[in-house]
Amino acid sequence: MDEPLLILEPSRTERHYWADLGRYRELFLILAWRDVAVRYKQTMIGLLWAVLRPVLTLTALTLIFHRVAGLPSEGGAPYPLMVFAAMLPWSFFSSTLSEASNSLINNSNLISKVYFPRLIVPTATLLTELVDMAIGFVLLIGLMAFYRFAPTWHILSLPLFVVLAILTSLGPGLWLAALNTKYRDFRYVIPFIVQFGLYISPVGFSSQVVEPEWRLLYSLNPMVGVIDGFRWAILGGNSVIYWPGFSLSMGVTLLLLWLGISRFRRMEKAFADLV
Amino acid sequence: MTDIVVRAEHLGKRYVIGHQHDGGQSYGSLRDTLAHAAVDVWRRIKDVAQGHALISGRTREDVWALNDVNFEIARGEAVGIIGRNGAGKSTLLKVLSRITELSTGRVSIRGRVASLLEVGTGFHPELSGRENIYLNGAVLGMSRAEITRKFDEIVAFAELARFLDTPVKRYSSGMYVRLAFAVAAHLEAEILLVDEVLAVGDAIFQKKCLAKMDDVTKTGRTVLFVSHNMGTILQLCSRALLLEAGRVTFAGDVSDAVERYHSAVKEDSSIDLDSFTGHRRGHQEFSRIQSIAILDEDGRHETVFGMGETMVVRLSIDIKRPIRAALFGVLFRNSMGLLIHDFRSSFDGYWPDLEAGTAVFEVKIPEIRAYPGYYTVGAWTQQQVGIASDDYISEALKIQIIDRKRIGDPSANFEIITKEGTEVYHPCSWRRVG
Repeated sequence: MDEPLLILEPSRTERHYWADLGRYRELFLILAWRDVAVRYKQTMIGLLWAVLRPVLTLTALTLIFHRVAGLPSEGGAPYPLMVFAAMLPWSFFSSTLSEASNSLINNSNLISKVYFPRLIVPTATLLTELVDMAIGFVLLIGLMAFYRFAPTWHILSLPLFVVLAILTSLGPGLWLAALNTKYRDFRYVIPFIVQFGLYISPVGFSSQVVEPEWRLLYSLNPMVGVIDGFRWAILGGNSVIYWPGFSLSMGVTLLLLWLGISRFRRMEKAFADLV
Repeated sequence: MTDIVVRAEHLGKRYVIGHQHDGGQSYGSLRDTLAHAAVDVWRRIKDVAQGHALISGRTREDVWALNDVNFEIARGEAVGIIGRNGAGKSTLLKVLSRITELSTGRVSIRGRVASLLEVGTGFHPELSGRENIYLNGAVLGMSRAEITRKFDEIVAFAELARFLDTPVKRYSSGMYVRLAFAVAAHLEAEILLVDEVLAVGDAIFQKKCLAKMDDVTKTGRTVLFVSHNMGTILQLCSRALLLEAGRVTFAGDVSDAVERYHSAVKEDSSIDLDSFTGHRRGHQEFSRIQSIAILDEDGRHETVFGMGETMVVRLSIDIKRPIRAALFGVLFRNSMGLLIHDFRSSFDGYWPDLEAGTAVFEVKIPEIRAYPGYYTVGAWTQQQVGIASDDYISEALKIQIIDRKRIGDPSANFEIITKEGTEVYHPCSWRRVG
């Protein structure tokens, strides 16, 4: 018989889950498209926000960490460029985290009325944030032209680090999304994580200013690895990767990813009763 | 052997709900309140640590929304699911469409399932009609190619070609529903689960939807259809399941099922609740309703009242523990189980302090404001405001309301059918002024 046979039993894990994800990829794309389409509707300056926000943040961070605190750049790279190279993954991470963790609640009308693999919802927000990151890359090119800064062959490795940024955001994002359906407390926790994270991640400064003996411990923050990678790729020979720290960051990323997916999968079936 | 496409065996769905009170001590002082709040927080932290859902209240109770449900549905059947509010109809559809997980038992489903529990699921107000067709189609499980293929048909069905590029937030509610149903009507699935979605839109569009549903069942697809509207069920379905308090109490020919549905509550003027078998909930720690009687103005037992006549409901309640400022009420539902009136002692400023023993109360409803038809009467008690009912009987007796001015006038009946959902009659005075 060619018709699919579906068996429902309590806490039965579906063998076809990952195949199902493939079947629902159109829904995934259309949800991401919806978020992009409505993002700047009914705003006065529309897409200009995607430019204005990073430029203002860049100015503030450069002023505070470079002018006021007098911190050095990496190699001979202009300070704003070094900050912007870190802001790309950081703003991607922070907005993915906040959007993904609220995504299930924001889509509660869907979740309580139709079936689809719930993993689609938080991952679709990730695609939306990638669009913002693409706009960021356009800004980056402008900034590099302004400072007459030529990239080296390192820039070719950038896609790899973008993938790393995606994985780093996905793990905690999924976990928080699942927890948020059960305990709305996390709604209030996430802005804290994002605010706090900006200071404990090397966004406004270089991770090289961290004392060598603390460097490894500092790399427990997975964003340290991602940001160092972005700088290495964009700033070329001016930036040096601290490999033990980078591997540790990668390890933490993978651990969080595994935790995020497995927690999410375990709680997934109860989402409709919770949201 | 017939070709079974849906088979449910011992299907059960459990929800856990919390109650504020166990034992009945009320908080005397701020210190007690804080102590209890601390215990509550501690318990919640334990819940979080163990990965349980948060449940407010200090005692917990399992509620079985579905319990030991068994049925089989053959290919091409149109099956109605009927029952009163809270009988578990919608939960059953949610379990079958995989939105929520079942707690016990097993269901096997053969074929592609599409569920339609609401029209316009996922519609985004900022997006245009065209964009929403694609969005809603994808949500319901249609592929992009499938939607593109049927796009013109959908637009024609909705009669909205002129407004395709308008954001749906500018649509009237009628237009919104038409667009939503048009998408849903073009779903292609072997098994269709439909929940009460025809109860929307204007009469002409409803007729169109019914015709479309009828087509669907004629093309050999299997449909499970939940509705409160027995007329629709009779028209569309050949078989029906009757759900009562989470159990299937009847499965078979649709007209037998509808008849049983209507006769589930006894037409009588009084009932002794000791052996009551219908839906009842509450811990009955403080009080237990022993009997309910319905009387006319002069204290005679009565089951038939004219519109606007006086009705008296007498409740005999066994008070188990003293209650300060008790409250209780009488429930008045229509024949579909929808609550029309909840007569509450508290809203009339009556807050009696009660000693243990039997107390008999009468509530006089000076003018019963309901249109002709069958209604049910239930009752509840509560120990204090804001907590779950101590005893709750949703439907105990059935009474009939008639229009005494028009007995034997067949057009009166037609008027009842077309009153479009309202049940509340309010006497007015009419005169010609021009």
